[in-house]
Order: sequence, then structure tokens, then C-alpha cells
Amino acid sequence: MKLMKSLLAATAIIALAVGAAQAKQLIYCSEASPKHFDPAMATGGNDFDASARTIYNRLVEFKHGETAIEPGLADSWEISADGLEYTFHLHPGTKFHTTDYFTPTRDLNADDVVFSFERQFKADNPFNAYLADSQYEYYEAMAMPSYIKEVVKVDDLTVKIVLNSPNSPMLANLGMDFASIVSKEYADKLQAEGKAADFAAKPIGTGPFQYVDYQLDSVIRYAAFPDYFKGKVALDDLIFAITPDTTARTQRLLAGECDIMSYPNPTDIASLKDNPDLVVLDQAGLNIGYMSYNTTVAPTDDVEVRKALSMAINKPALVEALFGAGNAEPAKNLIPPTMWSYNAATPEQEYNPEKAKEILAAKGVTEIELWASDRARSYNPSFARSAEIIQQDWAAVGVKATINTVEWTQYRIDGAKADRPGAFQIGWGGDNGDPDNFFAVLFGAAAIGTQNYSIWNNAEFEDLIKQGVLETDPAKRAEIYTKAQEVMTREEPAFLMAHSTIYMPMSKKVIGYTMDPLAMHRFDNVDVAE
Amino acid sequence: MLRYIINRLALVIPTLIGITICSFGFVRLIPGDPILALSGERGVSAERYAALVTKYGFDRPIWEQYFRYIGQVIQGDFGDSLATHRPVIEEFFKLFPATVELALFALVFAIVLGIPAGIFAAVKRGSWLDQGLMGTALVGYSMPIFWWGLLLIIFFSGYLGWTPVSGRIGLQFFFKPVTGFMLIDSLIAGKPDGFVSALRHLILPTIVLGTIPLAVIARQTRSAMLEVMGEDYVRTAKAKGLSGRRVIGLHALRNALIPVVTTIGLQIGVLMGGAILTETIFSWPGIGRWLVDSIYKRDYAVVQNGLLIVAVIVMLVNLVVDLLYAFINPRIRVQKS
Repeated sequence: MKLMKSLLAATAIIALAVGAAQAKQLIYCSEASPKHFDPAMATGGNDFDASARTIYNRLVEFKHGETAIEPGLADSWEISADGLEYTFHLHPGTKFHTTDYFTPTRDLNADDVVFSFERQFKADNPFNAYLADSQYEYYEAMAMPSYIKEVVKVDDLTVKIVLNSPNSPMLANLGMDFASIVSKEYADKLQAEGKAADFAAKPIGTGPFQYVDYQLDSVIRYAAFPDYFKGKVALDDLIFAITPDTTARTQRLLAGECDIMSYPNPTDIASLKDNPDLVVLDQAGLNIGYMSYNTTVAPTDDVEVRKALSMAINKPALVEALFGAGNAEPAKNLIPPTMWSYNAATPEQEYNPEKAKEILAAKGVTEIELWASDRARSYNPSFARSAEIIQQDWAAVGVKATINTVEWTQYRIDGAKADRPGAFQIGWGGDNGDPDNFFAVLFGAAAIGTQNYSIWNNAEFEDLIKQGVLETDPAKRAEIYTKAQEVMTREEPAFLMAHSTIYMPMSKKVIGYTMDPLAMHRFDNVDVAE
Repeated sequence: MLRYIINRLALVIPTLIGITICSFGFVRLIPGDPILALSGERGVSAERYAALVTKYGFDRPIWEQYFRYIGQVIQGDFGDSLATHRPVIEEFFKLFPATVELALFALVFAIVLGIPAGIFAAVKRGSWLDQGLMGTALVGYSMPIFWWGLLLIIFFSGYLGWTPVSGRIGLQFFFKPVTGFMLIDSLIAGKPDGFVSALRHLILPTIVLGTIPLAVIARQTRSAMLEVMGEDYVRTAKAKGLSGRRVIGLHALRNALIPVVTTIGLQIGVLMGGAILTETIFSWPGIGRWLVDSIYKRDYAVVQNGLLIVAVIVMLVNLVVDLLYAFINPRIRVQKS
């Protein structure tokens, strides 16, 4: 009897131990609280990590670690010869999450896809303004209202997106977070119950993880979705431990309170790499730090002055001093080398202070305004520091730069003004891996007043970026954007500074994490060692 | 006494108006545009920008915006956060218990250590103990909270591994909040391990937040004690042959504590201010961090209404302290009335 009891006890302990070992949990120390869980209305990377990449899927998805597209909720698609109709065939039997607040009665179908888009552009859609201040910033920012004419249900598993004009980046746009597919059935239910606001607070998707709980500003909990259409993921539980302070985030990782963390301090990278319990992954970021010259205001309205000012800057020394050795690559094109259509033939920026001094003296340039902001960005960890270094380089060629430091939000307003003088430091992180997302968004004439801080309107460049959007052949598009880079090198609307490296430190027990060029944090392919 | 209470309550109205002007004005003094801040890195088109300016009423004269705000507050409408779209009042009460829990611990920590330290320093006036304690208090008072917090985290959590780095409770504990107070909720959920974990998570934030009030209370207690110990009645007590402990405990301390109680009341405001930094360092999900985040986001609704609610609470606490004080100290109510 005693032996029997001991055996039973031992079995129970083993069962418990096995049970505990089977529950695979990953704790991610994230950098900020999500605004909510509706990716169509979000703008921040942390919002998307917490919703779009965990809870939802899109018709097409970005491949892990790449910017290439692969099937998502759509198994396949066709594009009409005129480039105006995109027909998607949905994966049959795709389930929505079942939670304690919603039990779906049907699988995903074309109604959900139509609803997911129409709520973003049709004012009469009941969910267009389901929150008092509903805004679909990304849908608008990606110029979708001008491109998408209608989204049509062909049959339950076929949906057609009709465009007003051809748009080559469209597929990449559909892989972006704002294009996440939500449940119409859930929206209808909430609408009927008068609880529409819950749509952003208690999300229902088809994604790899389902929402469990969010303690405001503290912890988000997810559980693996057992009926995920791509098969249940390896993890059982995913926890976002929201830790805004970078030092605290690093200490939590070191103390084992997190398994993986976002955005480490560049100065901590070396010591984190030396830690035997950690692995630090890195990847060239899909980003660019640069300094826009106002091409419409003297003295930087003169291309020779712009070129001379750039020539006076010791770019490799600047980049090393700013980011630390090996943490960034000096830029010679607007797009990073990892992006298709990168023009490897672009010559390195000439560093020739003597020649610069001569030109600037001849042009009578003795003073310039140099803009800096107070916020650290991944593409520039300190605008103030880079401004000081550039100021010294310019002083050496006889140009006195006055550093104008402005608070971040006001900075961008001032910078976008057409009469803003001088050189304005700024940068960009790509949204979808398409070159158009850099060239048109940052230097297109349509972006004057918003993102085109050079107030640059070059007819040749404009023509090229318009061709780039209309052209569907990838090889021809690459050729077009290669030429666009040549125009930029010739015209120097901006001093292109650096492409920074992105780091992701994690415990050695984390298996399979892939660095993402679009700076997304995805955990559907991650496992943890027993 | 009644007149004193009425007078004191009458002061509440101008104070409240002052608070609304400050909370409304301060957020507008912060450079930066709320709409651009909320639209993220991408910016926003000119048409969209204009539409949002009109929608939020930012194109109206400032006085009109103020009266609209006051009108809403009077109706109990604290608006929705521009960033999260959730009602400000709902977010506030979700986060407030975390701040109260931390502030209470910090206050108890400051009182329990500050008063004895002040008494010892006064009794041993001029000794190395006095100089050591007051020197430490001065250092504690001068210490930047941010630096102090990070130092403690790196040493106790990182180097020694004795305390958790941040958060309110170990992530393995998951239960629905009932009161919002983690210590109570863990017990309600029947998780004594969770209670211990929550207690451990309180150690460093309590020390960091409680350091300045501790220094202030210790210094105030010392000077009050020194003053009282020079009084005739204390000398008389000594002359009567009472033991030193009785003289200090029964005669000196009771009277010396009157100004100390006032100082403790004033620490509520200090704790609320300190909570902003402490919560940020320790990822403590309270209203301090919430307000800081909202300032960065230029979330006008949260900043102006959150500040207003906090200010009203601090004001009410001070009002209650004042009224209680009048009850305790007859001289005050006589003077005032």
C-alpha cells in the first residue's frame, strides 16, 4: 500500500513536472504600452507588435526576416493585365479566435475582408467611426483612398480589390499592419450590443496568438491559438512585459525576468554580447538617417553649395562617433543596401574640405542654420551630437553653423515649412520594403509640406517615381529606382548619413527568432528550449 | 469651529479654479502639436490636419476652449484619451490604486525611519550620530530620483539579484484585479506566493520614492524636537526626575510631532510628484507614468484632466488633514474662529 502511494505520488510529481515543462512561455520586454488593439488605427511599432503581428493576419504576409511577400490569409492571387484588379483566394477553414468574450459561428470569409477595408474608407460603414476619434492614418498615409476604388466579394472565399490606377507597391501595402483582417461577425455582435468600443480593447483575429488580458501599462498576455490556420505555434504563452526605461529593460533581461527585449541602448551592446547567457542578433536596418537641405532657400538652393557642404563632412568619422564602431553603415543612397534596386554603383561621398572651402568661399557662404531635435531615433541616436560634429566640420571650411534645437513634435512642423532655412536632420524607417516607400514618401513633390523636408521638386525625379509606381515588371522598376538614385546623387537634396544596425538581445533559450528588416517583432516562429 | 470649516471649504472653490487654469494652461505651454504627436512619425496631410484641428476645437480662441473644458468637467465629463480613445476617468481609476499602494508604502517607510532618526539626532545633538544622520538626510534629499532608482536596480537587482527589477508582481501570477491593490488582490485570489512577490516588487520603488520624504521628516523632527526640548515644561519634567525616555516620549515628542504631522501631510504632493519618475524607472503602472507618457504624446485630454483629478485629490487630502488638525490642536480652531 505504502509502495502504491509512493508510486502514485511520484507519478503525480512527474506529471506535474512534464505539464510545467510543456507550457512554453516567452516573455518579451517591450518598450511602450499599446494605444489599443486595432491595427488599422495604430501608428506605432509597439502598437503593431501587440496587435497586428500577434493577433491578426493579412491577405499577404512579409516573409520572416525579409520584405518579400508570401501568402497569408489568401492562398493565391491574380493581378489583371491592366493592373487594376487584384483577386484573392482565401484559405478555406480559417478560424477566428474563441475567447471568453466571443465565440465565432463561422470561418473567415470574403465579408470579413470587405469589412476590414471598407471600415477604413467608407464613412457610412458603422465601424468607420466606432470610437469618438477614429482615424485610419496609415490607410491614408499610404495613399490608399486614391488607389482603392472598391473591395468586392466575388464569392465566400474570393475577394477582389479594384484600383483607380495601377499601383505596383499595392501587394506590399496589403502586407502592412493596417491591412489586418478583422472579424465582421464580431464587429456586428458588438454593434448590436452597443459595445463597439470593445473592438479595440478586446480583439478577435485569426492570428497565431489570442488575446488573454491587458493590465494597463503593465502586462499583455496572449495564449497560442490552437486552431491557427498555419498550425499551432510552438509557444503556449506569450507575455509582453511593458518596460519603457531602456536600462530597466536591459536589467530585466540580465535578471532573467524577460527572455527577449527590444531596442537596447547602443552603448550596452558590447557588454550584452559578452554575456554568456545571452545572444545578440543584429541586422542592417531598413532605415536612413539624413540631413535635408532646403532646396528653395538660399544658400542651399544652389546645388554646388549643397555638394560642398556635404563634401566638408567626414562621414565615416561622423557615423562612428554617433553610433559607435560597427553599429551603422555610412549611407551613399537613400535606400539601404539590403533593399532591391539599391544602386551599388553610386560613388562614395567625396570628403574634401579644401575643395569645399574653395567652393563655399566663392559662393560667399559663411553661415547656415543646422537643425536638431531632442529625441533619439534608431536612425540617429542623438541629433545634438551629430549636429555638433557637423558644426565642427563646417567650421573647418569657414562656415559657421548655428544649431537650432527644437522639441520633437514642433521640430517636424518647423522642418516642413517651405521657408525653413538651412540643413534639417531627420530620418526614416521603411514600412513595406518597397523603394517607393522611401523615394516618393520622402522626396516626392506630393510630400512637400509633410515629409519632404528638402522642399525638393525635381521634374526628372518626379517622372521616375511616377513610372516606378505604374510599372509592374520588377526588373524595370529596379532600373527606374536606380536612375532615381543617380538623380539624387547629382542633385544632393540631402546629406545621406547612415543606415543603422538594429539589435535584439535575448536569452540563449530563445530558439528561431528572426530579425525583421521592417523592425517588427514577431513570435509566431519562436520556440523556447526546455 | 464651524466657521473655520466653512472658511476652509470656501477656499476650495478658488483653488479648484486655479487648478483648472493651471492644468489647462500647462499642457498648452508644452511645445509641440497634439495632432502631429498623435499621428506618429508619418505626419499627417494638410487637409487631415485642418479637419482634426476643427474637430478638437484647437482653432477656437483659447478662452473658448477653456470654458468648453470647464463646462465638460462640471458635467463630470473628463473626455476620452486622444491616444487610446478610452475614457480618461476609466484609465485613471485603473491606474490610481498602483500609485496609492506605492505612495502609502513610501510614506510609511519615510515615517517609520524618519521620526526615530530625527529623535536620535536631536537627543544626540552635535554627536557623530547627529551629524551622520543629518548628513545622510541631506544626501537623500538632494539625490535625483532617476539616478537613485537606476543605481538601486543595477546594484540590488542586477548585481546582487536580491530584488526584482521592475513591475508590480512576478509575471507568473495572473489574476483579475478586484481592488487594484496588488497585495490585497493576491490574497483575494488565494495566492500567498503572489503576495510575497508583490511585496518584493515594492521594496526598491518604496525606497526610491520614500527617500526624499524620509529626509524631510527626519530633519523636521530633529528641529522640532530641539525646539521643544528647550521649553520650560521639558526642563520641569526633567527636574521632576522623570527618566529620559519618558521626558522625550511623553512630553517632548507629543508636542514636537505637531509640525511633523503638517510636514507629513505636505509630503502627499511630494509623493505624487516623485511617483512620476519612480513609476517610469520601475515600469510601475500608475498615474505618474501615465501622465508622463501623455505629456510626450501631447494627449491634452489626459494631461489636463489627469492633472486636475490628482490636484483635487491632493487638495482634498490636505483639506482633511487641516480639518483633523483643527480637531487635534485646539489653539488652531480658536485662533481661526
